[in-house]
Amino acid sequence: MTEPTKPTSTIESADAMPPPPRDESKASIAWRELKKAPFTAQFGILIIITYITVAVFAPVLAPYGESEIVGTEYDVWSNQFPLGTDNLGRDMMTRLIYGARNTVGIALITTLLAFFLGGTLGIMAAVLGGWYDQLTSRAVDVLMAIPGLIFAMLLLTIFGTSIPSLIIIIGVLDSTRVFRIARAVSLNVVVMDYIESAKLRGEKVTWIALREVLPNIMPPLVAEFGLRFCFVFLTISALSFLGLGLQPPTADWGSMVRDNATLITYGDITPLLPAAAIALLTIGVNFVVDWFLHKTSGIKDEY
Amino acid sequence: MSTVDKKPLLEMRGLRIEGFSDEKWHQIVKDVDITLYRGEVLGLIGESGAGKSTIGIAAMGYAKPGCRINGGSIMFDGLDLVKASEEEKRKLRGSRIAYVAQSAAASFNPAHKLIDQFAETVIEHKVGTKEEAYADAKELYAKIRMPNPNQIGFRYPHQVSGGQLQRAMTAMALSCRPDLLIFDEPTTALDVTTQIEVLVTMRDIVEQYNCAAIYITHDLAVVAQMADKIKVLRYGETVEDADTRTMLSSPTQEYTKSLWAVRSFKKQEVAPPPEDVPLIKVENVTAAYGTMTVLYDIDFEIHRGHTVAVVGESGSGKSTAARVITGLLPPKQGDVYYDGVKYPRDYRKRNKEQLRQAQMIYQMADTAVNPRQKIRDIVGRPLTFYLGLQGAEKEQRLHELMDMIEMDPNVFLDRLPGELSGGQKQRICIARALAANPTFIICDEVTSALDQLVAEGILKLLDRLQQELNLAYMFITHDLATVSAIADEVIVMLKGRIVEQGPKDDIFSPPHHEYTDLLLSSVPEMDPDWMDNVLAERKTKEGVEAAGN
Repeated sequence: MTEPTKPTSTIESADAMPPPPRDESKASIAWRELKKAPFTAQFGILIIITYITVAVFAPVLAPYGESEIVGTEYDVWSNQFPLGTDNLGRDMMTRLIYGARNTVGIALITTLLAFFLGGTLGIMAAVLGGWYDQLTSRAVDVLMAIPGLIFAMLLLTIFGTSIPSLIIIIGVLDSTRVFRIARAVSLNVVVMDYIESAKLRGEKVTWIALREVLPNIMPPLVAEFGLRFCFVFLTISALSFLGLGLQPPTADWGSMVRDNATLITYGDITPLLPAAAIALLTIGVNFVVDWFLHKTSGIKDEY
Repeated sequence: MSTVDKKPLLEMRGLRIEGFSDEKWHQIVKDVDITLYRGEVLGLIGESGAGKSTIGIAAMGYAKPGCRINGGSIMFDGLDLVKASEEEKRKLRGSRIAYVAQSAAASFNPAHKLIDQFAETVIEHKVGTKEEAYADAKELYAKIRMPNPNQIGFRYPHQVSGGQLQRAMTAMALSCRPDLLIFDEPTTALDVTTQIEVLVTMRDIVEQYNCAAIYITHDLAVVAQMADKIKVLRYGETVEDADTRTMLSSPTQEYTKSLWAVRSFKKQEVAPPPEDVPLIKVENVTAAYGTMTVLYDIDFEIHRGHTVAVVGESGSGKSTAARVITGLLPPKQGDVYYDGVKYPRDYRKRNKEQLRQAQMIYQMADTAVNPRQKIRDIVGRPLTFYLGLQGAEKEQRLHELMDMIEMDPNVFLDRLPGELSGGQKQRICIARALAANPTFIICDEVTSALDQLVAEGILKLLDRLQQELNLAYMFITHDLATVSAIADEVIVMLKGRIVEQGPKDDIFSPPHHEYTDLLLSSVPEMDPDWMDNVLAERKTKEGVEAAGN
């Protein structure tokens, strides 16, 4: 049964093998990944880029001023007003374009605030543990126990409906969810030996949190950022629809739906356009997040 | 055993398996042949990545997710498993072919009793009723010398020890009286004293039930006890095939010889420790996790330029002793002295200079380096943090350190840990420890996760660094071969107490403490008759003691 064995030429331990060279730049890797991405993800990225462009270049793209009354109320679609006018006679298309800037911009700032707050506190809770963890976690539990939209409405009524208070209130309320996820993923990292090694080296908590933990929890946090952005965006639109969000004359998709809702009765689809704008961005972001989660979670398709 | 006139139970011909990674298929098993008769044990040995486990699993006609069999045949008792339908293979698995995995703890369902998990396969394959399975389980538990065979099955997996669990798993594999057993590193996670019992059990079972077995391991001494014939694998190819005695006494291939020679490394003798102040002195330390005391009144010293090996089973308190020295676990009583100076018990109260003195190297290099940091940052951080090095000075020191650990700084400094092999990562950990200019390094099982050839390289490196830099090591290990290779002094621990300590030669030569004796005699040797001899010896000893009483 002894088969003739193939001669093994030299004895080298696996240790001696140099790893393959890396000559690709990060940009070219990103481009290659993007080209390989599924259609839905590419579609999502296209939507996001379009929205960003529109938001940035709003004054250039819009035919009229943001709150300029240029025609009669509820004018129909025409060459002069491509999407008609609203309940006060402002150009609908202009309002839609500025809406991208206002709604998306504020949602983005709010999400960033939520992540800064929730992320910092969450990582700290995982790194420090003990009473600090107990204190912050229980505080978050209390905040989360109150229904979000109602709580936000309550606080907005108390503090008034200015843009800063809108950002801070929604940011703080949403940071609770970021706190939970940041703490949970950090807990998996802080048990690693390299964290113990950094502690034994005498590193400060900020170093451990920023340099040792944060880079290792980035993928789930980035994915969460996309999802949270959608929720914040929807919350702001919902509040605006209810009259507690962005205040007139600022163009905002949520309040635009409310202001022109009566048109629906007459079979005019114009009030659905801002709603469609909200839905499209939410779907686009979700597509991208799905793709990103799929890539970073290491789930591979069965061949 | 005469096997000439019988048909082989398992016959693999030109087996090829490929795996999918980095967007393409790689051949991971190349034209491997195996012929196995009833009553025979085949040992598969090789380093990690040699394809041992893949072949073991292929013997069940199965390929791991992401792998596929792309050539050859696997004939099991007349059925080609490569061509067989999923239904046919499913009927074989568990009933005629059984698999015993490395980690029994991970393979048992923690929510069910042992005996119910035993019965599950029996009922599933319609071999017998639940009552029959229960009776059979008790009989098997008795046969493999489990304590309390009639009751132990009614415990949950977490209520029995690791060795018992591994034996329970072997019993479970036998529930349907399979013809072929596949053991995949079944004793790697066990202590030596437990390992010998499990090995005996497995060998007895193969003999009693006249089944065949494939025994996969990287431990040559273990395979020498278990196997009738050995197959050496490397990069998915057969290097050498021979029966055990021939293979051990006269291997023909260079690679096999190099595997055999691994345990030959021995550090040079050093002078006994002078009577001056020891570098590390642990005095009357008692430590506890919460209310559970794990160290009882420990005393020991470590001198400059010396290696003290701490050995003992898992749970004996050896790692806890290291945690006390580093200050991660402040002791309840007693103190740690560095160079005659009493250090604060808690590491958070120690200053930078005190922290710099003692560095640690961990067992799992994978989790000991941050996967998101480049080697330059991992090794460079202590340089900046402790010594304040920046710019060109730091760069120069980085190059020196990389040269010390025998890795090319120009190739490796800008890599991420994920691009390195296990041994290379462990070297990076050593470089990070050295970057602090320490006087003392704690090595916690640093070689146990590595292949033997790589592990030997690490031991040699540590030894060379000790001579060059006059470092003191505390070497925590359960592997006595490593101890005899690198230690100057040995501390034997059992259940949180030191049972024996002294120079290596004193500890390793009789008279021993009872426990040291058990520990030493349980370490497998490369002699195929070793296990029989040990068992015979222990039996006579028991006999003498019984007669004496």
